[in-house]
Amino acid sequence: MLTLIDLVGLLPLLIVASTAVLVMLGVAWRRHHGGTAAVTVSGLALALASLPLASAAPSSPPLMIFDGLALMGSALVLVSGLFIAAMSHGYLAGYRGPREEFYLLLLCAVTGALGLVASNHLATLFISLELLSMPLYGMVAYSFRTERSLEAGIKYLILSAAATAFLLFGMALIYARTGHLELTALAAGVAGSPDPWILGGAALLLVGLGFKLSIIPFHQWTPDVYQGGLAPATTVLATVSKLAVFLVLLRLVLVAPVFGSGWLLGLISLLALLSMFGGNLLALFQPDLKRLLGYSSIAHMGYLLVAVIVGGPLALETTGVYLFTYIVATMGAFGVIMHVSGTGSGEDASGLHHYRGLFWHSPWLAALLTLSMLSLAGIPLTAGFFGKFYIIALGVEGSRWWLVGGIVIGSVIGLFYYLRVIVTLYLREPGMQQAVADAGRGRVEKLALLIVAVSILLLGIYPVPFIDWVAGLAWAARLL
Amino acid sequence: MILFWLILIPFLGGMLCWHSERWGEQAPRWIALATMLFVLAVSVVLWAGGDFSAYGTGERPWLLEWRVPWIPRFGIEIHLALDGLSLILIALTGFLGALAVLCSWKEIVERVGFFHLNLLFVLGGVVGVFLALDLLLFFLFWEVMLVPMYFLIALWGHSGSPGQTRIRAATRFFIYTQASGLLMLVAILALVFVHYTSSGEITFSYDALLNADVPDNLSFWIMLGFFIAFAVKLPVVPFHGWLPDAHAQAPTAGSVDLAGILLKTAAYGMLRFAIPLFPEQSQAFAPVAMALGVVGIIYGAVLACGQQDIKRLIAYASISHMGFVLIAVYSGSELAIQGAIVLMVAHAFSSAALFILSGQLFERIHTRDMRRMGGLWGRIPVLPGVTLFFLAASLGMPATANFLGEFMVLFGTFRSAPVVVVIASAGLVLGAIYSLLMMQRVHFGREQQPGLLAGPDMREYGMMLALIGLTLAVGLNPQPLLDTTASMVRPVADLFMAGPVRAGGMN
Repeated sequence: MLTLIDLVGLLPLLIVASTAVLVMLGVAWRRHHGGTAAVTVSGLALALASLPLASAAPSSPPLMIFDGLALMGSALVLVSGLFIAAMSHGYLAGYRGPREEFYLLLLCAVTGALGLVASNHLATLFISLELLSMPLYGMVAYSFRTERSLEAGIKYLILSAAATAFLLFGMALIYARTGHLELTALAAGVAGSPDPWILGGAALLLVGLGFKLSIIPFHQWTPDVYQGGLAPATTVLATVSKLAVFLVLLRLVLVAPVFGSGWLLGLISLLALLSMFGGNLLALFQPDLKRLLGYSSIAHMGYLLVAVIVGGPLALETTGVYLFTYIVATMGAFGVIMHVSGTGSGEDASGLHHYRGLFWHSPWLAALLTLSMLSLAGIPLTAGFFGKFYIIALGVEGSRWWLVGGIVIGSVIGLFYYLRVIVTLYLREPGMQQAVADAGRGRVEKLALLIVAVSILLLGIYPVPFIDWVAGLAWAARLL
Repeated sequence: MILFWLILIPFLGGMLCWHSERWGEQAPRWIALATMLFVLAVSVVLWAGGDFSAYGTGERPWLLEWRVPWIPRFGIEIHLALDGLSLILIALTGFLGALAVLCSWKEIVERVGFFHLNLLFVLGGVVGVFLALDLLLFFLFWEVMLVPMYFLIALWGHSGSPGQTRIRAATRFFIYTQASGLLMLVAILALVFVHYTSSGEITFSYDALLNADVPDNLSFWIMLGFFIAFAVKLPVVPFHGWLPDAHAQAPTAGSVDLAGILLKTAAYGMLRFAIPLFPEQSQAFAPVAMALGVVGIIYGAVLACGQQDIKRLIAYASISHMGFVLIAVYSGSELAIQGAIVLMVAHAFSSAALFILSGQLFERIHTRDMRRMGGLWGRIPVLPGVTLFFLAASLGMPATANFLGEFMVLFGTFRSAPVVVVIASAGLVLGAIYSLLMMQRVHFGREQQPGLLAGPDMREYGMMLALIGLTLAVGLNPQPLLDTTASMVRPVADLFMAGPVRAGGMN
């Protein structure tokens, strides 16, 4: 039964959910874009502020678990949600259709992600995952009068439904064999010899989650959806959705020994290598920045899978650090895209040619995009370096030399296109296209971008407090 | 603390340059010049005040040392230390940095502030490389100098042929060095984790890792990781693909930095890290390394003979000269290693001078293609004579520092590897051929166009006289330089020689 203490533990989730209800009622009563954005941002900020309180409470509600992993996930989800909400206001200012519902969808997705990272039961896992995905269909296809956005939405809907079917089938197989849905009980149930049915079920679960993470070969939707979707929606996909799903995958692997069995790990290793190479190679000659980021996210998920494969205490810490550095860099890149685009013209300024010579008329935006790209490439003095450092350290510690080799080669290929983006920003050519930038955007967006830029640098120069925080959480999660 | 400021000041100066652009066109240049002269002055003061015979022993291993914890979670520290070799190389960085600023005084006319920001960031990273003792910190500076160098080539470079060749050259440079850098990161991490499993202490500290007990099968691969990283930067022949293009497309200041300083970081890395960390494996590897060095000497010299572009010719000549350095470093003889250091300094002077001269030539006749030159001796005052001096230095004329360096290298190596020395000596002959070919094709022969061109102004005179003076000074009186580095070189040579004895003792 739920007790009062359990409700304290659920506080962030409850706050976000009630903000969603509040926004819905507000929209029904009277439309006001600025007000809706303000309510959303303050709701998310309040939820973030309640995290320490929630984590201090010794709560154990049914179906959920609030350990270090969940806390880390919640913090990351809320931070990215906050950023996206703050940036959406300026982005949607020029949008001609209804704008307020976007925040409603965003809040629902964040609620789903918060539930997902804390789920301890296949039922909560499934419900939260759907609560995360459903609003995303709407967000991706939000500007449904433009062909690309609609196409992206439908594509995502159909493929995601297929992945869900795989996931459910996998769950059913495991349930049929063990009779449990609770993760810990399930782990005990499958502890014996690996049974083909359970292995099959685990593989199907992996397919379902791999789709959300866009791991090769389940990645085909990624570039189109990244390109077609509205920039804030794509950002949700790239940050909130990926990180929550990845944390759930990590939890499954850490808790259930069936994933530790030889051939399944071998399969994951193969997928990781494929994603590292495939993602980077596909991005090489990409002229569209959003597609390029989509492919690059495939590669990054490939690197991150190393944590799943190696396991052990360092893996949790690595995941936390890598996910956060990846998310910060992604937010920086998409933040610039959102700032430069705006939806006035219907489509985002995602072609690389829009960014040609950006440095010469808005140097700060160009500097942020440069930093984000360097961070994604893992160059020292940016956040991404420590992510890469952790991943390689983990691979070396686990003596997975093939994966380490994959990371090195993948990073080198990756450099090529990150550098291509960077150099474009600084090229000046006669008759150059003037991008629409800095056209009366609010202070909130600028502040959000500044915070992202500063955190990329700060994490690259002095990451100690952050590393200690993550290490503490990882240590707490290990006790479970 | 002064060591930390040595690194920080170029970075701060760079930021200041960027912002000073609004105060006027000249402001960034003066600020950059002042910054580099400051670095030079600090290192000269340290050199004048330092006693270089007293350190290197157990109680006082470094001349100056500074360490604070950085990331305690992994035992990573900001650990900076200075000895004779780093001091010499930092002084060189300051001097060539000032030259790089001076030689772009008229060449770079757009985005001046941002140019000097990148230039100073490269130099700051290089100073960091020469001072860092923590392995991760070293790696960090090693990588930090790449990004601004990339920008220098990509944004202010020359495109030799149609298409974006300068961007391609810059990308190639970045990818080569970054790939090898990642290999080094893997090697560093492997070393750290091996040390961790044997001692239970996780640390990136140089002193601790020197005594790491690495299993034989793994240690060779780790050593190779370090070697490849340094070999790409030096460059050693199979890994040299980035160098000619990067040099040919880079602006003059970029070439001066690349040839004068960046290549030296590789030799420094070998002397400081690759050999002391893995003496036995390095010794086992020495024949291969020396063979690669010989191949580099001959290959670089032969290709230099066939170049049409002046800067490419000098670039290939650099490959040839660095072959001597590689041989010397892996000969394990104290004399040869000392010679390598002299040669590094000498090569920094002579190649920087030749790149600056080709930049000045380009400003006057707007081409670097030697087929379109000829007969310039009569058309430009003074500069052809200076060119002749530095080409003579480059081919190893006695009285110049280059002669001394090459002589010491060959003399020192002869005892351990006579065959290598005999073949390498052939490189000297080839060196004379390409140097004289260049002189002949650029300055002698039939005049392509009539008319007198401008002679050097005060700035150009000053740069050239300083370089000539230093080349002769080191060539005629090398003893101060040798004394400064002796206490760093001796332990390295001893380690190398002691290798087989220790290995034999363990069996």
